Amino acid sequence: MKIKQLSLFIENRTGALSAPCSLLAKAGINIVTLSLADTQNFGILRLIVKDWRKAEKLLSSHDFTVKTTDVVAIEIDDRPGGLANILGVLEKSALNVEYMYAFPSGKDGKAVLVFRFEKPDEALKVLSAEGVNVLGEAHLFKD
Amino acid sequence: MKSVRKRKTAPTSVTSPDFLQEDRLQKIQIERLRKIVSRAYGHTELYRRRMDAKGVKAEDLKSLEDIGHLPFTVKNDLRDTYPFGLFASPMSEIVRLHASSGTTGKPIVVAYTQQDLDVWTDSMTRTFAACGLHSGDIIQNAYGYGLFTGGLGAHYGAEKLGATVIPVSGGNTDRQLMILQDFGTTAFCSTPSYFTFMLERASEMGIDIRKLPLRAGIFGAEPWTEEMRAHIEKSSGIKAYDIYGLSEITGPGVGSECECQDGLHVFEDYFYPEIIDPKTGKVLPEGEEGELVLTTLCKQAMPMIRYRTRDITMIIPEKCECGRTIRRIRRINRRSDDMLIIRGVNIFPSQIESAILAVEGTLPHYQIVLSREKGLDHIEVQVEVTEKVFSDKVGALEELQSRLVQALENVTSIRIGVRLVAHQTIKRSEGKAKRVIDNRDQKQGNLQ
Repeated sequence: MKIKQLSLFIENRTGALSAPCSLLAKAGINIVTLSLADTQNFGILRLIVKDWRKAEKLLSSHDFTVKTTDVVAIEIDDRPGGLANILGVLEKSALNVEYMYAFPSGKDGKAVLVFRFEKPDEALKVLSAEGVNVLGEAHLFKD
Repeated sequence: MKSVRKRKTAPTSVTSPDFLQEDRLQKIQIERLRKIVSRAYGHTELYRRRMDAKGVKAEDLKSLEDIGHLPFTVKNDLRDTYPFGLFASPMSEIVRLHASSGTTGKPIVVAYTQQDLDVWTDSMTRTFAACGLHSGDIIQNAYGYGLFTGGLGAHYGAEKLGATVIPVSGGNTDRQLMILQDFGTTAFCSTPSYFTFMLERASEMGIDIRKLPLRAGIFGAEPWTEEMRAHIEKSSGIKAYDIYGLSEITGPGVGSECECQDGLHVFEDYFYPEIIDPKTGKVLPEGEEGELVLTTLCKQAMPMIRYRTRDITMIIPEKCECGRTIRRIRRINRRSDDMLIIRGVNIFPSQIESAILAVEGTLPHYQIVLSREKGLDHIEVQVEVTEKVFSDKVGALEELQSRLVQALENVTSIRIGVRLVAHQTIKRSEGKAKRVIDNRDQKQGNLQ
């Protein structure tokens, strides 16, 4: 139950971020969540969108450098200790996280964590065994 | 110890070959030319093959004009025979090797016998003498010591002159300035751009160079302009001299300005100059602009026969007011190829291309951007990020960036900044890609 994430290369300059976002806006593609990694010279914009195939095609055709990556979305209780709990599980199982980001879920009292694991399949096995609520596309993009 | 030494007068002896009568000089030149061509033919396969193909022999050289029958030698010949293929002496007689950048990955290697070093030292001694230096001068040598010919070439010439040499080598500007103030330096050797950078730093530190004993700058290894000279002389109160040389021929010491600062005298008893049309290869008369071709008249370890320097200049027909009879070439400020000279280091765009190709496996769109800050040249290579190398992980892209920097440093020997840029941001051109964007303003020198 992996989720597709789109990553875009963004130069560190004015307007670099707005170009892909307005392109998606015009196409009516909603961004469920995003994270931006920045360095001195460049950034990487990571996006979760429902119709990722359409978004990828659109962005590529407009000369953006796009990559799709498998990430894992996890639903947790939106309360103190919710994240720490999951991280405890990961640490115990020696699962390496490349990066992660989070957003409040549409549901009351829930939040979603997006994890980019070094080995996503291995991570999925461990998380299921631990009874963690891993979200599939159907859940994540529920209207 | 401030410079309290007395300066000797009569800097240059009139017995120097610089002042030989024209017919005497030409007699020496033709004798040496025959000898060197016969040596090259006898010891170097490439010369033998080329001369045989043209059906020309050393004995055919009756006058200096006959040099035009000999085949040219080009930089790629040094690459193709890398490392030692053009040597005309056994290793047991070669006492020194230097190297400079080639047109792609590998450098070119040059060799010297003891006699070659003596000739080189003599030509550098004459360079310093032409710039009005002599025993008693304190010469701070900021040319890089090492494989680059600048440092050691200037060093031995200065010692032979009887001057005091401070072998600082390049870089470390604050230390250069400390030595400049404390040791009573009277002459400074570096690239002109490094010296202008040092002037900037001096002014930031509140040091007034005009109040120091420094009186001459011996500047070379890169093209510079009259405007830059005017700026240097005005802000430092020194005389700024242009010198010329290239590793393939000997290193610095091929030619030098004299105190008239009006063209560079070529030490033509050692290095015979011709000007050719770079397109047709035809020899041009004095006073016409073309590509400088040099023949080493005395070099044993690695004779260069009609070496095409790619530097555009002309031989000045008029006699120089200084009395030197050896001819002058006009100051060089452009080339007939795409070689870039950054802080005295020769860089070919093809080297940059081969480095990027080696890292990425395929060639992305890239461009080389040159700029000048505080008189110092900067080079940045912008490389478009392709889907092949793009990653969602910052670390992976930063690693790519540092691998590019490393590969560029390996081929060029200087650290070049790499900027990853987005796809399609480098302007596409029809036909030949414009790889080099030169934002240095040569005229102004951007010296403010």
